[in-house]
Amino acid sequence: MTDHPKSNDGKKYWLDRPGSVDTVFWTLCGTCATLFFADAFYVKHPHFEIEYLFGFYAVFGFVFSVGLVLSAKELRRFLKRGDDYYD
Amino acid sequence: MIEATPPGLILIVGAFISVLLPGRVRNVFMLILPILGFWQLTQLEHGLHAQVELFGQTLTLLRVDKLSLVFGYIFFIATELSIIYALHIKDPVQQVAGLAYAGAAIGAVFAGDLISLFVFWELTAITSVFLIWAVRTEHALNVGLRYLIIQVGSGVLLLTGALVLRHETGSIIFGHIGIESLGGILIFISFGVKAAFPLLHNWLQDAYPEATVTGTVFLSAFTTKLAIYSLARGYAGTEILIWIGVVMTGFPIFFAVIENDLRRVLAYSLNNQLGFMVVGIGIGTELAINGAASHAFAHILYKALLFMSMGAVLLRTGTMNGSELGGLYKSMPWTTVLCIIGAASISGFPLFSGFVTKSMILTAAAEEGYWAAWAVLLFASAGVFHHSGIKIPFFAFFAHDQGHRVKEAPVNMLVAMGLAAALCIAIGVYPEPLYALLPYPVNYVPYTTAHVITMLQLLAFAALAFAVLMRTGLYPPELRSTNLDTDWVYRRLAPNLIRSFVKGLGELRDELARWTQMGVGFILDRAFQYYGPNSWLARTWPIGGSALCVLTLLGGYLIIYFI
Repeated sequence: MTDHPKSNDGKKYWLDRPGSVDTVFWTLCGTCATLFFADAFYVKHPHFEIEYLFGFYAVFGFVFSVGLVLSAKELRRFLKRGDDYYD
Repeated sequence: MIEATPPGLILIVGAFISVLLPGRVRNVFMLILPILGFWQLTQLEHGLHAQVELFGQTLTLLRVDKLSLVFGYIFFIATELSIIYALHIKDPVQQVAGLAYAGAAIGAVFAGDLISLFVFWELTAITSVFLIWAVRTEHALNVGLRYLIIQVGSGVLLLTGALVLRHETGSIIFGHIGIESLGGILIFISFGVKAAFPLLHNWLQDAYPEATVTGTVFLSAFTTKLAIYSLARGYAGTEILIWIGVVMTGFPIFFAVIENDLRRVLAYSLNNQLGFMVVGIGIGTELAINGAASHAFAHILYKALLFMSMGAVLLRTGTMNGSELGGLYKSMPWTTVLCIIGAASISGFPLFSGFVTKSMILTAAAEEGYWAAWAVLLFASAGVFHHSGIKIPFFAFFAHDQGHRVKEAPVNMLVAMGLAAALCIAIGVYPEPLYALLPYPVNYVPYTTAHVITMLQLLAFAALAFAVLMRTGLYPPELRSTNLDTDWVYRRLAPNLIRSFVKGLGELRDELARWTQMGVGFILDRAFQYYGPNSWLARTWPIGGSALCVLTLLGGYLIIYFI
């Protein structure tokens, strides 16, 4: 480990400012909204019927991501052991 | 002349020569070797070369066609990048092992028969284990042993399968094999071990995160992609591969979400990416095989880039636990940016490499009507963005600032990461040169309005899910822990069973000893009772008694005689 306490001290980072993380979050929300409604402005050439649903990829991405994280969290009940379990 | 030398040998022989050279000359020498090998590939004619007769069999050490070439090219590029990344290393064990390992993998890719393939297959195992042992701890020694047993076991299966296949078909040519025969099935399982099929996968997550900082970068490129190449060569269009691949893309992402060691997260994500390629091979159409080959090409680059960035973090901070990292963008801004490029590539953002390769496999699945496979691949695409695209950069470089104030990664590491990142973007922006290398002509157009928007929707909303879960506190925190996986079977269950068995044997032996002792004691007691100093037999008998005995005996004899 090479610690250089001086290398970053004194510098101000935008992300450290109060409110910056909120800005990132709301920008992401804005981007998502724009992308969701972008579905109205192009012609789809899907392989499956379900892709015709308005905002299908958006809903799929959100629902399954939340599902993935929450079910993985539940998996911890069965799989989690101490970090020296095999030692 | 140039076709008489298998390209892998350049690296293998070079590896052993390099040890004799002094420091800087050795570095320059090692940097030149992959360039030489790459140049050789550009000069080769398609066909079978370097054939030798051995025990009545024709071994083909150099089979050149588009499938072997595309893997050959990327293997040499990966070797060069890994060498640059490891230039600061002075450990000759790692240098020789890395080069020889890459050479063995390239040798295997160009092997035209199953026996040559077996030789190089085993050589990859034997050389690569030193990249784990080079950590030089008892823990690494154990991990390496487990890794070696499984890898060598895969080679033994391959050789057995090859011999059975030769008996069945009379040929050892490494072409399409299929799973219709016993030999074919054995070789299929052998490839499956190296490709980390479900339930055969855990050597990967066990071993890769435990290798040296630079060793993991080497490891991530070759072994598993050699298996992908071998499956594409021998089992294209084998339908069961679709479903094996589907499971591979799905289950590792759950483990990746809860894993704390960030290099192990990448190992799970590697497993998931292999699943995409395996699905492509299983579908077997021209588009699907092109997808699998191009995805392997792109994957080697972005996965190496991600492992490199995490290696830099490990080198500087001394830890790889998500629970102890965070805020590193302040001290390692270049590594942060380069890691994010790798993350964007693996996630398949437009203008990055994953976008133009992974989508070929999804389109092939959809075109052939495999809707369930397509749906899981789509889920896995969102999932991979979640753990490799967001989790890795977020917990290492952002999240909670853990106060690490370290130096930026060494220059050679930054150069290697920079080159890998440049290639990731180049492939994403201008995929035609990669498409030209693929086994079949490419009619696929990645950049359509629908594809760009739908992919962005999928990714943006997956990111939104992450953000919402973080803000609501529902996201599982990074915790120091071990998560059980199939290695539990051979690291816990089997040793416990053996221990119980040995303990049982010991108890049985003690019990037998007790019985023996009791038996012997009983006999001794009886003997003592009858023959001991105070026993009935040892008593002093009066002379009259003796005379009575003799009289009885003689009387008895007389009676028997008359009867």
